[in-house]
Amino acid sequence: MDRPKIRIATTSLAGCFGCHMSFLDIDERLLELTRMADFDRSPLTDIKQLGRCDIGIIEGGVCNAENVEVLRQFRERCTHLVAIGACAINGGIPALRNRYPLEACLEEAYLRGEGLHQPAIPDDPELPPLLEKVLPVHEVVQVDYTIPGCPPSADAIWSVLCALLAGREPELPRPLIHYD
Amino acid sequence: MPEFLLDGRSVPFEPGQTVMEAAIAAGIYIPHLCWHPAFEPHGSCKLCTVDIDGRPASACTRPAEAGMQVTSGSEALRRLRLRLTQMLFVEGNHFCPSCEKSGDCELQAMGYYLGMTDNHYPHFYPRRELDASHPDILLDRDRCIFCELCVRASRKEGKSVFALAGRGPQTRLVINSPSGRLGDSELDAGDEAAGICPVGAIVRRNTAYRVPIGQRRYDLAGIDEESLARERPLLGRADGPTED
Ligand code: SF4
Ligand code: SF4
Ligand code: FES
Repeated sequence: MDRPKIRIATTSLAGCFGCHMSFLDIDERLLELTRMADFDRSPLTDIKQLGRCDIGIIEGGVCNAENVEVLRQFRERCTHLVAIGACAINGGIPALRNRYPLEACLEEAYLRGEGLHQPAIPDDPELPPLLEKVLPVHEVVQVDYTIPGCPPSADAIWSVLCALLAGREPELPRPLIHYD
Repeated sequence: MPEFLLDGRSVPFEPGQTVMEAAIAAGIYIPHLCWHPAFEPHGSCKLCTVDIDGRPASACTRPAEAGMQVTSGSEALRRLRLRLTQMLFVEGNHFCPSCEKSGDCELQAMGYYLGMTDNHYPHFYPRRELDASHPDILLDRDRCIFCELCVRASRKEGKSVFALAGRGPQTRLVINSPSGRLGDSELDAGDEAAGICPVGAIVRRNTAYRVPIGQRRYDLAGIDEESLARERPLLGRADGPTED
């Protein structure tokens, strides 16, 4: 009777963790979920190394070199990749910077911004280099499923997860599709 | 009255009516963004593409003819309209979570109607000018879908404040005023042209959040129902039964 448990990994790239909060908003359904699935790498487990997974959930767009690396690893190791939330789907609020050159954004924030103490553009080698433009997930890797919303509702996330756990093709009913 | 067949139903029409006018008057929704019952058709968005006797045609410009066989509700046409809608999204800058029109927007509602959950194509992220020079009206070109409804409405009002200039990706909405800015034009907040934009490109200021997100037009009803309820009366057959 014991089926091997489904493995789920999640990550937040250039996002605000709002999608993860909405995920947690499935409330007591989390208990049901943990009976069927184990969490691998995720901000919820604090596991840093990604293993082989059945489902990878990506919040946020791709704004720096580290995001690219993490995303490619998720694609490689997860059978189904699910992009959730406006930022993962079209870059979202972080992509508002796409209309300006990267240099201009850095100068505005770190050299000319209000109330700066010692204006300087951060250049610590630990910081991943920024991409010229913030990209949606599907412009970097192949995405299997998407759940729009800012954030998507817990019900929307749950509906897609349930379908995947049951081996069905997820299909969001119209009332669960929202872009705001 | 002469009739044609739309998805197997007979639709009567008055000579001179388009397929769109006859369908909406009969209570049958055909998707559309640039068509509005009060104005001449513009035929640009192609959301109204239907199959007429085996060929694609725009329902908003095609005159109805007796005996036509029209298909609108097929899966193939849903997919075509989905791709067109996704193109409209990636050509502009549509960040719904930060748009005051969210929930009242026809482009967004079209996405909901078609089951759109992503934008499919690579994004253009065009750089377009915002015009905040008018005290009562904001023009955010990032969200313009070039439907020309504002152009048609303003022309009808005798002001001709708006026009489209350029071609292809260079197309942009321009303003008829000495400075090229909206604040120096004749546009008033009460003008029809200030309220007709189907998306969040032209919005009246200080009205945006009177109705909270989640309780707006398309949060409560699909664009199909909403459009019929609003546009059918304008075609003179307000509450007749749906023709069958
Ligand atoms: S105009 Fe419509 S589709 Fe565009 S950002 Fe605003 S709500 Fe979204
Ligand atoms: S501003 Fe609005 S009404 Fe005018 S062309 Fe653009 S989308 Fe259409
Ligand atoms: S509604 Fe017919 S082309 Fe736009």
